[in-house]
Amino acid sequence: MDITAHTIQSLLDGYQKKEFKPSEVAAAYLAQIKKTNGKLNAFLQTREEETLEAAKKLDAKMSEADSLPLFGIPVGVKDNFLVKGWQCTAGSKVLEGYRSPYTATSVEKLENAGAFVIGKLNCDEFAMGSSNENSAYGPVRNPWDLERVPGGSSGGSSAAVAASLCPASLGTDTGGSIRQPASLCGIVGIKPSYGRVSRYGVVAYASSLDQVGPFGKTVWDASRVLEAMAGNDPMDSTCSKSSVPSYTKTMESFSLSGVKIGVARSWLEGVDPEVKKSFEESLKLMEKQGAKLKDIELPHAKYSLSTYYLIAPSECSSNLARYDGVHYGYRSKETRNMDELYSKSRGEGIGKEVKLRIMLGTYALSSGYYDAYYMKANQVRRLIQQDFEKAFADCQCIASPTSPTTAFKLGEKTDDPLTMYLSDIFTLPVNLAGVGGISVPSGLDSKGLPIGLQLMGKAFDEPTLLSIAYQYEKLRGAFPLPKGLN
Amino acid sequence: MNAIDKYESVIGLEVHAQCLTKTKMFCGCPNQFGSEPNQNICPVCTAQPGALPVINKRAIELGVRAAIALNCEVHETSVFARKNYFYPDLPKGYQISQFEKPFCTKGKVVVRFKNGDEKQFGITRIHFEEDAGKSVHASHGTTVNLNRAGVPLIEIVSEPDMRSAEDAGQYLRRIHSILKYADICDGNMEEGNFRCDANISIRLKGDPKFGTRVELKNINSFRFVEKAIEYEISRQVDLVENGEKVVQQTRGWNSAKGVTELMREKEQAHDYRYFPEPDLAPLVIDSKWIEKIKAEMPELPDAARERVKQAYGLSDYDASVLTASKELGIYYEEVVKGSGNAKSAANWVMNELLGRLNAASIEIDKSPVSSKHLGSLVQAIESGEISGKIAKTVFDEMMTTSKDPKVIIQEKGLVQISDTGQLDAAIQKVIAANPGQTADYKAGKVKLLGFFVGQVMKETKGQANPAMLNDLVKKALDK
Repeated sequence: MDITAHTIQSLLDGYQKKEFKPSEVAAAYLAQIKKTNGKLNAFLQTREEETLEAAKKLDAKMSEADSLPLFGIPVGVKDNFLVKGWQCTAGSKVLEGYRSPYTATSVEKLENAGAFVIGKLNCDEFAMGSSNENSAYGPVRNPWDLERVPGGSSGGSSAAVAASLCPASLGTDTGGSIRQPASLCGIVGIKPSYGRVSRYGVVAYASSLDQVGPFGKTVWDASRVLEAMAGNDPMDSTCSKSSVPSYTKTMESFSLSGVKIGVARSWLEGVDPEVKKSFEESLKLMEKQGAKLKDIELPHAKYSLSTYYLIAPSECSSNLARYDGVHYGYRSKETRNMDELYSKSRGEGIGKEVKLRIMLGTYALSSGYYDAYYMKANQVRRLIQQDFEKAFADCQCIASPTSPTTAFKLGEKTDDPLTMYLSDIFTLPVNLAGVGGISVPSGLDSKGLPIGLQLMGKAFDEPTLLSIAYQYEKLRGAFPLPKGLN
Repeated sequence: MNAIDKYESVIGLEVHAQCLTKTKMFCGCPNQFGSEPNQNICPVCTAQPGALPVINKRAIELGVRAAIALNCEVHETSVFARKNYFYPDLPKGYQISQFEKPFCTKGKVVVRFKNGDEKQFGITRIHFEEDAGKSVHASHGTTVNLNRAGVPLIEIVSEPDMRSAEDAGQYLRRIHSILKYADICDGNMEEGNFRCDANISIRLKGDPKFGTRVELKNINSFRFVEKAIEYEISRQVDLVENGEKVVQQTRGWNSAKGVTELMREKEQAHDYRYFPEPDLAPLVIDSKWIEKIKAEMPELPDAARERVKQAYGLSDYDASVLTASKELGIYYEEVVKGSGNAKSAANWVMNELLGRLNAASIEIDKSPVSSKHLGSLVQAIESGEISGKIAKTVFDEMMTTSKDPKVIIQEKGLVQISDTGQLDAAIQKVIAANPGQTADYKAGKVKLLGFFVGQVMKETKGQANPAMLNDLVKKALDK
């Protein structure tokens, strides 16, 4: 079996049986990246020497493999994470050439669990986008159809796992940036509850919504990565101190029988019929196993888009102020005074969509507008949170499609931001509510493009959410990988 | 009536005080003045991508200490907020501060004036914030030193309760004294660890409405505060008297020219776009924590004044002068310890030492005469080793050379002569040299006794024990 065809679970198994060593696994993935990345543009940076060296160090620890939950697992990392010595562009020209002076807590925890970094992955600039077309380093292509987008903003992270360029990757999800690309690329992506994973060392987009999460080929794989990096971090004051149970240990014995799954029917209007059909089939599968469907209402969820596009831009307008050409990053060559140093460095270094959101946010926070926009949006956010709390009082999880459509064509939505924003209508409320969400592939449409099922769980009840997803995945059966890339 | 007397000035002060913490407000870098540029920095205080703030608990404790010392109401929950503006010494592009929900409000401070009057000034709020770095302008361009970026500050905002430059000066001194007594801030104004902005407006006396206010920025000494405010009041009065209007603006004090100068107009004012800091949970200060902080509170100026007054039997006025600053209080008590006489120590510190220091604008902690030396000088008087008159000569010498008084007394042979034989010899010499006066005295002109005492004093270069001298001279003349 080709090494790159493995899942994390089977790689760990292979290490146990001494079928291969970490350095061999690293070499196999690096070769695959070399071969395929030209078509996908998923990886922005690899460092063969350093990666092989890290893998070789693990070779010497084969005997300890048992005690390291991610022993020898190569992980691709979205380019908005800092990993000491690696570049960190966040998909922006303003950070071109920036080398990370320290390592993000999440990555450090994975390294402590035995994993190593295989490369940095392309993304929408500062994680703003739903198609990965906003990267200053060119769009990422969907391995299922190179003319189509992989989703965004973690498009490189989803495309890389779908194309077997790495068995797992890290992304960030502020409004759907893990789940939507996971759905469009036919893999699993988890957006954990807000505060479950440290944000320290992750380029901030919208601090109150950003959350780190994993991509994997299976629910087990993604959960394994999540449990290794979740948990308290003294460097992130918003990170929860609550303990992290082992998700992978309990999911096998979990039973869907009697599990209540909430469905907000009113939400499904305007969803692509093939996506809707796949969603209904998924529900039926779970029902057959004893799950109970329950109609629920999320009356304020329809305001998610407007709420999100006030809160996220407001926070981003402040978070991105540090990219000013003064201390690091891009600085315009022709500046005559301080004002020009700012306006030109930022004007030349920052891309169109990011500028749009900075301006939106600056406006929303301005004196005289704050109450009507930012404050009002936060009040609505609270109502959306309450909708979810109410729903979860009676359901173990809520189900919806992850995205209203399958992967769309490159350039198809770039002229109309609002249509683009609608890709995230099912994922945005989850971030606003701070709860957990996962996208699991549920089928293929008539064009052979993957469809995703989104399951949402109560805040910090990842054990239940991931177990339901795992059981669903088992019912669904094996899911294909994209063909014809090689 | 002077034009200026028609008006009343309304003044409020904003004091920024750096907290005496070991580390910065939101990271573990040393809070240290005088390091090489950009030595005390890390990913957090240089605003590297992905870096996040973590609250320094010690800074919160010092802030709460200030709140207690200034009689504020501490709020259980307060919120950090971002103040957004671009400036090269502000690496994040925003300053973490507190805005709508500061950690304490509604305080007050009582200020005593020289004439014995007391005035109470309200404190609107105290909030936490972080300091910015420093832009260093040089001939080759501007560089930025971020050692100070992220140093914890408390900002103490007063009510517009002050009515004169003197009010403001005394208020500021009082706040300074309290913060130093409580070990919250080192109070160093030269290093910028204690800074002040003033809001000033004028109105016709009796007018209930406030006038348009002008903000005076960055006044870095007590002396300048009063001067700058006085200048600004008269500038505003002149404007109004000439039929012009006071314009809302920010002005800076130019100490070289002795004037306030325009920094920016209202239209150029920043819109700081404050919003709650999403990287920090609301700050919770519970009553248990407040109790713990109260229990650890160092002695405050009022308590020090009462204690000193009781312990040394001083008048209320003397006690308050001697405890006006923490350094002075410590200095005085050391002089008491060294001299064994609290009353004399008080006189020497207040009349001789402070008189000289004030005249030369020297702070007590830079006094050329150490408390130990002043203590032994007073002790030398008390023990009769030298006379009070000689002591003043010795003190003059101490002020210029900082020498130990014992050394000066030894070197110059200034020890008081109390030996009867030695004194008699000098008296006989004087009598022999002044036969005319001696005859006059004996003839009944007893007033001449003073003349003889003076001559003997001269003869002994002032070293004769004055308490013994009168009797001995009288005895010799009456023989």
